[in-house]
Formats: sequence, C-alpha cells, structure tokens
Amino acid sequence: MKLALREKTDQTAKLLFRMTGLMVIAILADIFFMLLWNTVAFFLKVKPWDFISGTQWNPSGNPANYGILPLLVSTSLVTLGAMCIAIPLGIGTASFLSDYAGRKLKSVLKPTIEMLASIPSVAIGFLGIVVLGPGIARITGQSNGLNALNGAALLAIMSLPTIITVAQDALEGVPNAYKEASYSVGANRWQTLLQVTIPAASPGILAAVMLGVGRAMGETMTVLMATGNASAFPKGFFHSVRTMTATIAIEMGEVPYQTTHYYALFAIAAVLFLMTLLVNIVGEHFVNKYRKYQAA
Amino acid sequence: MSKTHIKLSATAAKLWFGNKQVLKSVNVAFPQNKITALIGPSGCGKSTLLRCFNRMHDLSADVMIEGDFLLEDQTLYNGKLSATEVRRRIGMVFQQANPFPKSIYDNINYGLQINNIPKDQRPGIIENALKESYIWDEVKDDLQKPATRLSGGQQQRLCIARAVALRPEVILMDEPCSALDPISTAKIEELILRLKKDYTIVIVTHNMQQAQRIADQTIFMYLGEIIESGNTKQIFKKPVNELTKNYVKGHFG
Ligand SMILES: Nc1ncnc2c1ncn2[C@@H]1O[C@H](COP(=O)(O)OP(=O)(O)OP(=O)(O)O)[C@@H](O)[C@H]1O
Ligand SMILES: [Mg+2]
Repeated sequence: MKLALREKTDQTAKLLFRMTGLMVIAILADIFFMLLWNTVAFFLKVKPWDFISGTQWNPSGNPANYGILPLLVSTSLVTLGAMCIAIPLGIGTASFLSDYAGRKLKSVLKPTIEMLASIPSVAIGFLGIVVLGPGIARITGQSNGLNALNGAALLAIMSLPTIITVAQDALEGVPNAYKEASYSVGANRWQTLLQVTIPAASPGILAAVMLGVGRAMGETMTVLMATGNASAFPKGFFHSVRTMTATIAIEMGEVPYQTTHYYALFAIAAVLFLMTLLVNIVGEHFVNKYRKYQAA
Repeated sequence: MSKTHIKLSATAAKLWFGNKQVLKSVNVAFPQNKITALIGPSGCGKSTLLRCFNRMHDLSADVMIEGDFLLEDQTLYNGKLSATEVRRRIGMVFQQANPFPKSIYDNINYGLQINNIPKDQRPGIIENALKESYIWDEVKDDLQKPATRLSGGQQQRLCIARAVALRPEVILMDEPCSALDPISTAKIEELILRLKKDYTIVIVTHNMQQAQRIADQTIFMYLGEIIESGNTKQIFKKPVNELTKNYVKGHFG
C-alpha cells in the first residue's frame, strides 16, 4: 500500500515538473510572438528602412517621425563608453586575481566582485544622479551631469563583474605548462602575462567582453536615470542621450493602445533583441571555442 | 682523471610541499661538460629536485626550500642572482613538450626577445638552434607553422632548441624522451651527447639503457634522498647499496 502511494506521488511530481517546464517555454514563445506580431504591424505602416535610417524620433509630432537612428547611436555611444572603461579595468582585475593576488586577498576580492553584480540597477542609477552627475557637471562646467558619459561609467560598473569573472576563468584555464615555459626562458611575470597568458586566453577574454556588451546594451533603469533622455540627435559623451531601452520604458506607459507609436516601441524592442542576440551568439561562440581549446 | 670542475650543486637541500617533506637533505654536484642522469622510482622527488635549480618552485605557493644551491660559486636563492637570470643561465626541457601556441619561429624568438637579443641577430640564432637540435631539416620550409601541429618528438626537439638558443650554461631535462618513439629517442640522445661539449646537462630518466648510453655520472634517488651516486658504469655494474642494486636490476620502481 505504501508502494502504491509512492508511485502516485512520483507520477504527480513528474506531471507537475513537466507542466512547469512547458509553461516556461510557452511564456517565452508568447513573448517572442508578441514582439514579432507587433513589429510586423508596425512595418505595415512605416517602411523598415525609414525606421532604421530616420534621424528623428518624434512620435507625437505632425507628421510623426519614427527614426530610431538617434536611439541606436545613443545606445551604441553609451555601450562603447562603458566598454572603454570596463574592458581595461576588467581584464586588469582578472589578471591581477589570476596571476598576482595571494590566496587570502583573492578570497576577499572574489565575493566582493560577485556582490557588485547583485546591486539593484536603481541603486546604481541613484549613484549616477547624486554623486557622479554633479561631479561631471562640476568638471565640465555644465548645468548637470546627466549625459552619455555618466551612463557609460555606471554601465561599466554594472558589466565589470561579468567581465572579470569570465576573463579570470579564461586566464586561469591557460595551461600551467605555457607559463612555466615562459618563465624557463627568463621571462618575468609581466612579460609572461602579456605575451603568453593573455594571448592564450584571448577567446575566453573576448567572450567576457561580449557578455559585458550584452549586459550594457540591455540595461534600462540606470541609463534612464543617468543620461538625461534628451531626444535630440546625440552629439557626444558630454551630451544628454536617450537609449533604446530608456525610450521604451518612458513612452510605453503613456502610449495609446495599438497605435503606430505603440507598435513602434515593439519594433525598437525587436531591434534591441536582435542586437543582444547577435552579441550573445558571438560571445557564446568564443566561449565554446575556448572550452574546446581547454580540453586539448 | 683531472679534478672535475663543479658547475652546479646543492648542499643539504630540503623541500616541503605544505607540511609534506619531499626532499630530505640532498647533496648533489654536477660537473661541467658532463651528463648526469637522475634515476629513481616514480614520486621519489627527481622532478622536484630538478625544478629547484631553475627556481620553478617560486611560482607555487606553499613550497618551502632550505639548503645551499650554487651555480659556480654564486648562490641561486637570496643572492645577487635574480630568478630570471638564474632561469636564463639554467635552461629547462620539461617532461611534457610544452611549445607555446605560437609559430615555430616565434617559439624560439620569444626567449630571444625577452632577453633583449638584437633583432638582426635573431634569425641566425634561431636557424642555428634548430640545426643544433636536429629539427631544422624537418621544419625549415615552414617556420610559420603553429608549433602545436608538430609531432610529439618534433615538439620536444623544438623545446630543446628553445632552451639552447639562449646559450644557457646548464640544461635540465626532465624525462625528455618519455613520450617518444625509439627513433625520436635516438635522435634526442644523439643531440644530448653533442650538446655535452658546450653545456652541463642533467637528465631525469626512467630508462636504464638510456642512462647507460649517455650519462657520465648517475645519481640514484629514493624517497627524497640520494642513495648512491657515482660513475655510471659503477652504479650499474657494481652498485654498493642494496636498494640501488635492486632498482637498476629492475626489481622495483
Ligand atoms: N605541487 C605539489 N604539491 C604537493 N606535492 C607535490 C607537488 N609536486 C610533487 N609533489 C609530491 O612530491 C613527490 C615527488 O614528486 P616528483 O614529481 O618530484 O617525483 P618524480 O621523482 O619526478 O616522479 P616521476 O618519476 O613520476 O616523475 C611526490 O610524492 C609528489 O606527490
Ligand atoms: Mg617527474
């Protein structure tokens, strides 16, 4: 009798897990199709080329303008700036952790860096408004520091944990034999790191960078708070910009249902989705290549 | 025989990995322009001893070393010599061939560049090193080929070329033939015999025939201690110690 009961719970559990699994897949498919559906609806009204190459985003104008070039440039600018800061810092930190830091220091630094990843983006955006923004404003003599540079710096902070962790794994995966070979011809640590370890780990480091780019591109709350969101065509790092994510977040709340503007926001999301997907595929490709290399 | 000049030596060398003592007061001396074979059962500390001489243990935490290590009359540790200078003057060929994931040319060029050898001299030195290591004929047509695509024996000879290119004074070899077929092994033995006139060579080997073929002097280690050392003929034909006798006759190890 006990056996029968156990059989029954087993069956129920199996059913339950299968259902939750299917549900997750169904939800994902739903989101994807919603995105696709609305994007198609938008492109029936506005030509894709006009959408991508238009230099003005002004959905409430007359006539309305649905050019996402300024948003694309904003997102690219902020992401590029973030990477200019995060890549050297991230690779430097990863190298330090893997080749220089003692065991004790490492056991403190590693969890600290991982903790950085768990700070909510609102908190980092807040940091941008009250600390970084005024700082930038003082240095540049502008009235406020809510601009692309501010957003880039914050995004750099947010993508650092990913970059450091993945790059460190790559560096530590370099066979010891390579390093020993380098030392055995009289190279010092710095030469070994720069000329042997980093080149050997480059696929993994590239993957780290790609994951960092993906993280920076999709981030919303921080850039929304820190970059000022001016809808004019972005002029540079010291000017306010409005990224794709921020645009969707700002306008989605007020847009009337099933208008062209409403569909346009979905189209932005679709473009963003394609971009992050591409970055992730490239990153994943290098991670796999690096795994193969490690096994060899 | 004239009094031999001692090139490299260790006195009362002790080494611990954590709290495990692996070398227990080892005394060894390697005469100049001679080949010394280091033999002993697996795990007795041959590699560990060898790596003391080019300060490879510096790279790992948890290693403690005591004793006097001398190159000529200069101390290897805590003296005037820096670790990088020690490693430049005492070259090493590792048990597993470990070429860099670079081209054949760059594998040797790397050490030359690290040691600031003038650019215009490098191609000549590289060619010469490859010739000395009996690999030139096999690779001369494509020096830009990745070294990792060479056969195991070719890789090992490339690693020897990488070491000799820097004109070290001593070459340490840790079982350089362990992964090779008899023909490659014969080539490397021939090479080692030729290198003897310019270098002092220490070679770890598990191959008793190999030790007898090439070594002038043989040292037998067991459990982190030197049990017996001397002329190769004497060690193999008339060992004094019972352990040595059993080992060279193949009764254990
Ligand atoms: N990094 C290390 N940490 C801890 N113990 C080690 C380390 N390297 C070697 N040992 C130990 O030291 C002892 C000697 O090792 P060593 O590699 O010198 O032996 P060996 O004589 O070269 O053996 P083989 O002929 O198998 O290469 C072994 O017991 C080994 O387990
Ligand atoms: Mg060994």
